[in-house]
Parts: sequence; structure tokens; C-alpha cells
Amino acid sequence: MTMDVLIYGIVNGMTFVLMAVGFSFVYGISRLPNFAHGALYVVNGFIAWSFLNSAGLPYWLSILLSLLIVSLIGVAIYQFVMIRVRGMPVSEIIVSFAIALAILEGLRLQGIGGFKGFIGPGYVLPRFIDGVIDTAWVAIDIQRLLIIGVGLLLLGLMWLFTHHFKMGLALRAMAQHERAALMLGINSDRMANIALGIGSALAGLAAITITPLGNVNCESGYSVLTNAIAVCVIGGLGSWGGTVLAALILGMATTLMSAFGGTMWNNVLVFGLIILILIIRPSGLFGQQKELEERV
Amino acid sequence: MNEERRKERLDRGIKARTEGLYAVSSWREVSYLLAPRAGLILFLLIAPLVVPGLYWQRVLALAGVYALLAISFDFLAGRVGLVCIGGAFMVGVGGYISGGLNYYLGLPVALTIPVATFFGALICTLVWLPCLPLRGVYFAVVTFMFPFLTSSVILAGGLFGSTEGLSPIGGFPNIWVSIYLMMSLVLFAIFGLRRLCGEDIGIVFAGIKDNDQAVIASGVNVTRVKMYSLFIATAIGCFAGAFVAHFSGFIGVSLFAVDFSIMPIAACIMGGPGTIAGPALGAFILAPLSELLRGFGQLRVVLYCVVLVGFILFKPEGLLNWVARKYHQFEHWVKV
Repeated sequence: MTMDVLIYGIVNGMTFVLMAVGFSFVYGISRLPNFAHGALYVVNGFIAWSFLNSAGLPYWLSILLSLLIVSLIGVAIYQFVMIRVRGMPVSEIIVSFAIALAILEGLRLQGIGGFKGFIGPGYVLPRFIDGVIDTAWVAIDIQRLLIIGVGLLLLGLMWLFTHHFKMGLALRAMAQHERAALMLGINSDRMANIALGIGSALAGLAAITITPLGNVNCESGYSVLTNAIAVCVIGGLGSWGGTVLAALILGMATTLMSAFGGTMWNNVLVFGLIILILIIRPSGLFGQQKELEERV
Repeated sequence: MNEERRKERLDRGIKARTEGLYAVSSWREVSYLLAPRAGLILFLLIAPLVVPGLYWQRVLALAGVYALLAISFDFLAGRVGLVCIGGAFMVGVGGYISGGLNYYLGLPVALTIPVATFFGALICTLVWLPCLPLRGVYFAVVTFMFPFLTSSVILAGGLFGSTEGLSPIGGFPNIWVSIYLMMSLVLFAIFGLRRLCGEDIGIVFAGIKDNDQAVIASGVNVTRVKMYSLFIATAIGCFAGAFVAHFSGFIGVSLFAVDFSIMPIAACIMGGPGTIAGPALGAFILAPLSELLRGFGQLRVVLYCVVLVGFILFKPEGLLNWVARKYHQFEHWVKV
């Protein structure tokens, strides 16, 4: 029982990492709140499914194509919409959330031009490797192990990218002090475009890795967004260590909650933690505090 | 090479003449001042009489609910600088108090709505009190999370009828009572809040919006002033919630739906942020428009979002500011 909780807690934690890594990359590193994150996650699932089942492409190709399309959507969101409200965080949130709502509810529309709407449990992506590993303590399927692997790999790559590559350093410079970054020849709009492109592709990758365990549906867009916000807020802005720790804490907490209290309390926990942490330490447990910008 | 031109805007003479006390000296000036206000009052009082049938009267009353929410959002965001995107929380709290009193204790509507307005606002203010020091985006995210938290607590704990909600809730005696109650409240909120922002405390509100640290430096307790404004705004929101509960004869977690948070924002952006009357105007345009699309399910939400993004991108000043500019100023092209 304890081993069960531990292993599934880690798997859940890594699921949180996957959901949050794109959002954290865009918001934590580049200070662009992309509330369309959950919507892009869902869109990627549906695009990959359509390529696979309607167009009949091989699985790896449809994954690559869907990731490409979703990152282009992310770039388009910045280039045509967010660029107009840059620097007004509240407008950025409202606009990107409006885009998310439009996408998520638009996918569910029925009966316009023969479009049936993506409703129902039929949209399932295949697993990469089917199978279950049965050890002495716990039975776990390979897809869940893959989630841990992909999560760790992504975290490592992202840390490397933001600390040792010119482009990643430029992104961090933009978040720290935009004017100084501009003076050093960093094109902030191009950087923001790149950030949103990569962040959207990460959302898509999360969808590809996680959704084979269940199905692709529009409702999950909202929960992915809130989970990503929760991880980001608890872990703190711009801190990869904080992100991992927050995701593991949340994963453990939700697993324990499911084991002893019931799954419906999970949402209460996530929302409660977001509110509590924001009230106490708005920059998160491990983020750099900017006292005067946060509260008076 | 074509010559460059720019648009020059000048105040109309009559605007300058009506700014002082001497405006009362001639009918022309008086009517210049009164026309927009009287137009708004007449529109809201006559509209229920001229719309065809009971169905559209109900739509108008619901548009009033959205108008109140939009006014409350605009007062907080545009005048005090608190961007509160959790309108659904006020609706839910007001609706559950009012509906609960009616369902469990059998109190009449005339009693439950005032009680829900006052105590709902008290509860909302007390719950949001710890968040008040937060600024800008942090306050927005916190308030945005509250409706989700409350509805998931209600669902998980099986409180107040859980998923099914409570029904029936006692309704209004007839449609005329409800619709004119709503219209008079909308008018009261618009004129009351505009008046309030012209009083001394309105200057403090504006100061908090523009530079809260300077206001603290002048020895004003910022959190307390924000608390007053929050109480006023949540009272309006809770009244709207109580009205919805009695109007639909039902309370459930749908009162915490994201519709009640996003639609007032869309109405506010469309009508003109910071004008208080503009958001109400936006709500009275958007709500009937979305009613026409009811047959298409979720298309309404898509409509709000498209309107919202479109106005933020292409006409950020909103309708009322644009109309006011045309009313007060004349424009012509001049050579640069």
C-alpha cells in the first residue's frame, strides 16, 4: 500500500511536471502568462488523433506534425493578439484566457457546416509501448514509466537550455529587465515568439505523453491549465527546482487524497493551495520575491 | 508623395459652457447635459414595455444581471484598480444565501434578497480580505480561483443539494416586479457609483489605481479603502446572484460557472472600461445577441471571447468612450 502510494505519487508528480513545464517556461521564464496552455494541450491531442485516424499517417509522423502545428498556433497567438497587449499583465491574462475559452468551446460546437464537434470518449491516442511491469510490490504500466522518463528528460533539457544556451539566457534576461535586454540587442518580440512556440510545443508533448492513459476531451483543458498554474504558483517563478518540488508535492498530495479521501477532493486541494500560496508568498515558495511589485 | 494629415479634435463650445454652474442658465445647455442621462433612464424604463413577449422580457432581466456584474467589475477594475475576475463567486454566494434562506426557512423574497445582498457582500469581503494587499495580476488570479474552489467544495462535500442543486426556490410575484426591480437597481448602481467616484473617497480610489504607494505615503490606509470599495462592488454582485436564484427558481453549482466571470468582462471591454455606464450598455447589447445563438450550445461563450479579443485589439476605448468623444468634440483633418 505504501509502495503503491509512493510510486503512483511520483508518477502523478511527473504528470504535473509535464503539464506545467510549458506554462512554467513561458510564464516563469519569459513572464508571459499564456492561459491558452490547456487549450493548446487539447488541440494537440485532437490534431494528432485526426492525423492518425482520419488521414492515416504513421504515429510518429502525426506526433511531429501536430507538435509543429501547435507551436505555430502559439506563435500566431503572440504575433497577432498578445503583442498588442504586451506589458499589461491583466489584459494578457484576459485575452489569452478568452482565446482558450474560444478554442475549447469551439471544439465542442456541433452542427455548423457539418462539423460534429469533438465530444465523447472515442478520441484515444495509442500508447507508445503497451504492457505492464509487475514487480513484487506494485503493478505499473510502461506508459506511466515513460511519463517519468519524458518528464525528467524535459526538465534536464529545459534547465540546460535556459542556463547554457544563448537563446535561453536571452529569454531569462527579458524577464529580469526588459529594457536592459533591449539595450544589449535582444529582440524582445522575437524572443517572446520563440518562448510561446516552444511552450506550446511542450504543452503538446505533454498531451502526447499523458493522454494515452485516458482519452482526449475538452474538459481536461481547464484542469491542465489549473494544474499548471498550481505548480507554477507553488514552485515559484523562474525556479526549475521549485517546479519539480511543487509538482512532486502536488502529485503525492493528490495520490494520498485519492487513496484516503476520494478523488473529488483533489480539485479542492489544488485550488486551495493556489489561493493559500498566492496570499502568503505571491512569488511562490522557491521563487525570487519581488516584494513591492506584489503587494502594498 | 502624398501629404500627411492628422485628425484634430476640439471640444465643442457647448461642452465648455456646460462645465460650470452657469449651465443651468439656458435650456440648451441643460438639455445638452440631460440628454444622455435621460436617454439611458428612458431606454431602461421603456425597453421592457416594447420588447415582444414574455421570453424577451426574461432575456432583458438577465441582461440586467450581467449589467450589474459588469458595473461591479468596472467599478473595481477601472476606478479602484482591483482587477477582480471572479464575478461568479459573488453570484454564487448571493444566490446560495438567498436561495438557501428561501428553501430551508421559507422566508419571502422581499426579505431574502436584502439579507443575501448585505451578508453576501460581508462574506465576500471577509473572504477576500487577505488577498487585498496583492496587486494587479496576483489579485486577478486569486479571485479567478475562488469560484472554482467553492464549487468543488460544494460538489465534494455534498453540500446544499450538491450536483442537483436546490429547487424550487420561490420566485417573484410577476415578471413586471422582477424586471423593474432589476432596471431600477441598474440605474441606481450606475448613478450611485458615478456619484461616489466624484466624492472625496473617489479621489482616493483614483489615487490607489494610479499609484498606491503614494497614497500610503500620504497616510491613507489603502487596504481599508479597498475594503470599502470591495464591499460596495460585491454587494452589487450578490444582489445579482440573489436575483438569478429567485428568477430561475433554482440554485446549483451553475451559479459559479465561468460565464458569470467572463461575460461581464466582455461587456465591460465592449462598452467602455472606466465609464460605469458603458459596461451596462455592453451587457444590454451582448446578452440579447447571445440569446439569439442559444440554439447553437456553446457558441455564446465563443461569441463573448471573440467580442472581447476583438475589442481589446481594435477598439480598446470601447463603445461609450467613442460615443462620448463624438458627443463632446468635433474632429477634422489638418495638414501636418
